[in-house]
Amino acid sequence: MKEKDSEEDNHKKVRMMKAEQQYIDLFTQCEDMINGHSAEVMSRLRRQAFADFCRLGFPTRKQERYKYTDMAKLFEPDYGLNLNRLDIPVNPYEVFRCDVPNMSTALYFVVNDAFYNRALPKGHLPEGVILGSLKEMAELYPELVAKYYGKLADTSKDGIVALNTMLAQDGFFLYVPKGVVVEKPLQLVNILRADVNFMANRRVLIILEEGAQAKLLVCDHAMNSVDFLATQVIEVYAGAGSAFDLYELEETHNATVRCSNLFVQQEADSNVMLNGMTLHNGITRNTTEVTLTGRGAEISLLGMAIEDKQQRVDNNTFIDHAVPDCKSYELFKYVLDDSAVGAFAGKVLVREGAQHTSSQQTNRNLCATREAHMYTQPQLEIYADDVKCSHGATIGQLNENALFYMQQRGIPQKEARLLLMFAFVNEVIDEIRLEALKDRLHRLVEKRFRGELNKCQGCTLCKE
Amino acid sequence: MQNNNKSERLAEPYEVEEKSAQKGVTEEEPNKLIKQIAQEKYKYGFTTDVHTEVIERGLNEDTVRLISAKKNEPEWLLEFRLKAFRYWQTMEMPTWAHLTIPEIDYQAISYYADPTVKKKGPKSMDEVDPELIKTFDKLGIPLEERMALSGVAVDAVMDSISVKTTFKETLMEKGIIFCSISEAVREHPDLVKKYLGSVVPYRDNFFAALNSAVFSDGSFVYIPKGTRCPMELSTYFRINAANTGQFERTLIVADDDSYVSYLEGCTAPMRDENQLHAAIVEIVVLDRAEVKYSTVQNWYPGDAEGKGGVYNFVTKRGHCRGVDSKLSWTQVETGSAITWKYPSCILGGDNSQAEFYSVAVTNNYQQADTGTKMIHIGKNTSSTIISKGISAGKSQNSYRGLVRVAEKADNARNYSQCDSLLLGSQCGAHTFPYMDIHNETAIVEHEATTSKISEDQLFYCNQRGIPTEDAIGLIVNGYAKEVLNKLPMEFAVEAQKLLAVSLEGSVG
Repeated sequence: MKEKDSEEDNHKKVRMMKAEQQYIDLFTQCEDMINGHSAEVMSRLRRQAFADFCRLGFPTRKQERYKYTDMAKLFEPDYGLNLNRLDIPVNPYEVFRCDVPNMSTALYFVVNDAFYNRALPKGHLPEGVILGSLKEMAELYPELVAKYYGKLADTSKDGIVALNTMLAQDGFFLYVPKGVVVEKPLQLVNILRADVNFMANRRVLIILEEGAQAKLLVCDHAMNSVDFLATQVIEVYAGAGSAFDLYELEETHNATVRCSNLFVQQEADSNVMLNGMTLHNGITRNTTEVTLTGRGAEISLLGMAIEDKQQRVDNNTFIDHAVPDCKSYELFKYVLDDSAVGAFAGKVLVREGAQHTSSQQTNRNLCATREAHMYTQPQLEIYADDVKCSHGATIGQLNENALFYMQQRGIPQKEARLLLMFAFVNEVIDEIRLEALKDRLHRLVEKRFRGELNKCQGCTLCKE
Repeated sequence: MQNNNKSERLAEPYEVEEKSAQKGVTEEEPNKLIKQIAQEKYKYGFTTDVHTEVIERGLNEDTVRLISAKKNEPEWLLEFRLKAFRYWQTMEMPTWAHLTIPEIDYQAISYYADPTVKKKGPKSMDEVDPELIKTFDKLGIPLEERMALSGVAVDAVMDSISVKTTFKETLMEKGIIFCSISEAVREHPDLVKKYLGSVVPYRDNFFAALNSAVFSDGSFVYIPKGTRCPMELSTYFRINAANTGQFERTLIVADDDSYVSYLEGCTAPMRDENQLHAAIVEIVVLDRAEVKYSTVQNWYPGDAEGKGGVYNFVTKRGHCRGVDSKLSWTQVETGSAITWKYPSCILGGDNSQAEFYSVAVTNNYQQADTGTKMIHIGKNTSSTIISKGISAGKSQNSYRGLVRVAEKADNARNYSQCDSLLLGSQCGAHTFPYMDIHNETAIVEHEATTSKISEDQLFYCNQRGIPTEDAIGLIVNGYAKEVLNKLPMEFAVEAQKLLAVSLEGSVG
């Protein structure tokens, strides 16, 4: 028996190492090229990240946080990388149709993992705000970037964060200085564009100083019908009294793998809203870690996924109440059709002494077919007594009585179902603090439920 | 006045029925008093001086063969044990629980202790060692004829051996078999062979494999078709001898259209070293049968510094095999240094139902990682989970539960509610529910809250002259009432007292 076990282990190891080996080889062979096309501040961390990656490898399903998605398998195929930073011919405006009507945003593009410099919005940002390519800003303001870059995203704990740190060459950078309010919502469109199966490693760094305010909408699109693998690490520092909204909207295609790691650190009285909406995707894994380090900090963590076919969404959240008097609110909703698989694991940790914590977590899911599987795992870990924490999770179907009621009133069953599903996810959309975006999402969601979006191949078909 | 009361009470360590407020005293010498309280509170901490045959410490194939030989077991059972033992050797102790478990040296434990060795099976009460009867008297088990009044049939398991089973004849008339598992192996080998290991196979987990290899005794219950068991069946477990582990095995089979309510209680002496308790409970529920299983677990929890205490690593599982079958687990967990168990239900039969009601109290350095698993396989199955965790002192209390709805389990329904109450700022309360849903017709709900006793409630009680400590007792009992109400009468009273006792000294 023992022999059989170890044989299995060995087998697994061999398979596992195969997934890792190609990245290890890649880095060893191309280290200079990677460094040559990136900023020194970013390259400083590569060696350590490489060592961590070699040690950790990809997380396995034996690890509690990756129980529902086999990561190594996703990284196993042979993807092309653009380490040499060859210019990829693209006109973002041609691809980009997901405009938000009635909302004037400052629009920026990241093509694969490179910031697109040739299409910058007119109009000026408030003084002192720094925005642009992470690579360029790291060269222009090395001290500022070095102070924050890679500090939250700990490479020693997660193989995928290590991999991203080791390979990422560029991305997006936003710095809002003390007391500055960026009124106009910022919009960042990530476009995946390639002719061969392609891997992109994006990196985003966002710094809000004391009292600063900004809103950022990030949209993910895949242009070509090749396989994409996108890893992304976002680090957000919210200074004391700052306010930041981050909306992430994924509208890619069935052959896209997205692996995002979002780290947020909040100082006293800061207010952050994170909203991750998956409208169309292949396999998505979103890890979100929020640390509340200052009293009075508030976090709203929202998420929504509409899935069908073989799509998979795995959201893993962790909120760390490290100090007293903080508030967290979490709401995740899934609608699963066909053979889709949804997973949600949310952990709230209230550390010793973090009294007067208020934490609420809700996860609600609709399963439309037998083949659709939902896994949910809401967790509370509490070491302080004067707290108010609750979580709730449900999995079920549409209310038969409500359906019947509507049919009685002449609404066809199909329409009634749509209405109910629509109302179900609306709760997440209604939390959005941008009116125009809310309207836009209502439309997108409706279209999604009607199956219209499903026909699209890449983003060009999202057009009205 | 209060102080006087207090000092009197300290002189009588076993009088714990009444609680008294001890404010003021705690402030002066908190540590000393807490120590005293922690020690006096465990009233079952005595040892009994009976002749006990303990086999040598250590575990190897010979130990397994020795246990089997001592019990004159048939060949098939020895084979079962050996298979389990060989499998156990290939396993490692799991580490995923939210528990800090000091390393257990499985070779330092004696796997068999027999307190009845001097006499070969007591034939009447006169033959039972008087010390042993005294033990059970202290435990408050009505072992004698007074049992008739309370109407409970008891199978008492001390260390590894089933000491005496009362009311056997009365039950026999109805065709009910209630005896020790070793006796069942001798007298009803077909039944045992058919059901043993069928719910918890020896490969199930580390401790199940260990238990399957070395289990020494336990209870066996068989309720024949169409029979309603006229009285509540009960087992009392006690670890008495030092350095022994207790590995009992309970097997309950409820045949078609039958009903039984089964109670289980446990205590252990106070010892500085930790004792291991790794039991298996298997329940088979056939067509339209109903089984109610209640536990009041009060193993020695260790002292106020976390020294000693029982490791309670138990595998309990029921299989609702028949249609319309019903299984209900009720547990009150107040003892043990570490509790690690998940009484589970496999809802195999169509329309089967399962319930899990639990109160888990941890104080001082106790740790608990407990909950349930509800595996829905049959159609139209439903399950309810109500779990109340109370943590005090420096303890850690976790609820971990799984609700799985298999692809064919149409119209499965689950409702789970897990509440945690925190008393004190150094303890932890955690909730880890898992829901794996593979069928679109399932409706699964989970709710959990964590809070402390509200100041308003305490103030209200204080205003009306109820001392804080009593008020907390009241509130906690009210909080746990939903579960306590599910316990049979005799246990409910005991459980309420236990709750109060376990928490005494935790506030102040």
